[in-house]
Amino acid sequence: MSIIETVNANQIEAQLREFIVENFFVEDELDAIESLTDAGVIDSTGVLEVVSWIEDTFAVTVPDADILPDNLDSIARIVRYVTGCVGA
Amino acid sequence: MAPQHHRTMGDSLVVSAEAHPDKHAVIIGGTERYTYGRLLDTALRTARCLQDEGVRRGDRVVIFADNSWACCASIFGTWLAGGVVVVVNAQTKADKLAYLLADCDARVMITEAKLARVFRDVVGRLPILCAGKAVEGTHRLEERLAATEPKPAPHGSIATDLAAFIYTSGSTGDPKGVVMTHQNMTFTVASLIEYLRLGHDERIINLLPLAFDYGLYQLLMTVRLGATLVLESGFGFPEVIRRRLREEEVTVLPGVPTVFATLLAGDPATYPSVRRVTNTAAALSPELIPRLAAMFPEALIYKMYGLTECKRVLYLEPEQLPIRPASVGKAIPGTEVFLLSPDGDPVPTGEAGILHVRGPHVMVGYWNKPAQTEQMIKPGRWVGDRILCAQDWFKMDDEGYLYFLGRSDDIIKSRGEKVSPVEVENALYGLTEVREAAVIGVDDPIMGQAIRAYVALEPGSTLTATDIRRHCQGCLENYMVPAEVVILPELPKTDTGKIRKKGLLEEQP
Repeated sequence: MSIIETVNANQIEAQLREFIVENFFVEDELDAIESLTDAGVIDSTGVLEVVSWIEDTFAVTVPDADILPDNLDSIARIVRYVTGCVGA
Repeated sequence: MAPQHHRTMGDSLVVSAEAHPDKHAVIIGGTERYTYGRLLDTALRTARCLQDEGVRRGDRVVIFADNSWACCASIFGTWLAGGVVVVVNAQTKADKLAYLLADCDARVMITEAKLARVFRDVVGRLPILCAGKAVEGTHRLEERLAATEPKPAPHGSIATDLAAFIYTSGSTGDPKGVVMTHQNMTFTVASLIEYLRLGHDERIINLLPLAFDYGLYQLLMTVRLGATLVLESGFGFPEVIRRRLREEEVTVLPGVPTVFATLLAGDPATYPSVRRVTNTAAALSPELIPRLAAMFPEALIYKMYGLTECKRVLYLEPEQLPIRPASVGKAIPGTEVFLLSPDGDPVPTGEAGILHVRGPHVMVGYWNKPAQTEQMIKPGRWVGDRILCAQDWFKMDDEGYLYFLGRSDDIIKSRGEKVSPVEVENALYGLTEVREAAVIGVDDPIMGQAIRAYVALEPGSTLTATDIRRHCQGCLENYMVPAEVVILPELPKTDTGKIRKKGLLEEQP
């Protein structure tokens, strides 16, 4: 990762954590690699909220085929996915 | 020697495991595969463990777990120990879990380490067997099973003993334990299998919580048939479900409208392995039906209607779907339904009446709630005969097909789950700055109904809608948390001072 990519990834993670705390009311600090569905942070509709947030915040379209745990089921995975989408 | 009859709910596992020990019973997340032999062995060890912890015939075992292997094996393990199964939704929060444990007077709880932050307050109150990582104050389930022989003592249960409590939301706010006997459940499993025309080779996918009777019965039908259950935790990742449908060659897809709306979004593929699509818990909109038929070209589509108090009431023969798409059909095999006026008089054809149900599937009653049981179950035609009042309005056409008109109480159906407005309002009143609260369901294309809360605050309060939702998230299951909170200076009232919910919807559509 270049310096610019790292900075962007850090910004994305900060924004994402803010969104998760605001929307899913998480009290404890989440581990970046913890599964959000296993931890009970997001459920079936929560996934769709995360997708809408990504689309609105980063002006990208998340194709159906990308809505996978590999892309969206932890903070680290979402950051990696979004970084890839915005071509940072 | 396997039992010759399905008298108690554990019998079907013993029968199926003897018939085909090496066949897959449960596949979890597409990777974990468990045979009938393994399911029986684990259930027998679980039964022995439960007995060692003091579980005897009729004792309640709470299974607080996500859709998992531990959950499936513990359900049958409880029955093989003579216990009563109480599956509690993994989304349940700490206070409600404590309420449920006390209400059913649980002898033992089986749970999972990932839920430790919810159950930590009840550690020490009862023996806890916990799957996964070691959690202080609990016994690690896997270690206990490994150290226990698969040989429980004979449990002595008979068909009229208690088999399960299934908790459901009531219009009064307190969750009610629907009490079912083995006889209730063995009858119902057979009736469902009959009208769904299922066979031994089915591969049934289950996306719904095993705590929800619709989810639980997918497991029960599978084991009774000796078929295979493809178990998933929810439907948040539709692409995963689509992949599972294809790769596991699923033949039966049970869903609620929210599941189908999610699966249909933007997916042009077809799934010819699927032979049955079933819908219940909320009405399937006529617009979804042709799209489902296109996605599942080989499937019979079943519209159904039920309530936890008797599991399932009505189903529409799939051949009738094009003829009367608005109907939910007739009584399930071996049962009877009829419509009565609020005064208890028969209702003429074509006119609205309240649905009443007779049959071996009707619950014993609500646990420790005689007054509420009496409201739902009326004396029938002779001594001991009982009639369940479904509290929903229907009309019947001249060929006996039924059409749902509306609820006679104000229960909200969101994502197919029953939500009691009172339970949500009680949570809102848990905030001292909330002076008035009213909760209603508003139509939503994905959720069926979305939950909207109206609140009026004490003077000077600075609470925001987000604060209020956060509070709800801390004490209610996710599906009960209001999607929207509207703060008003005051809520409209009737002449007698009650909050006028209808007025709210008119003023704030």
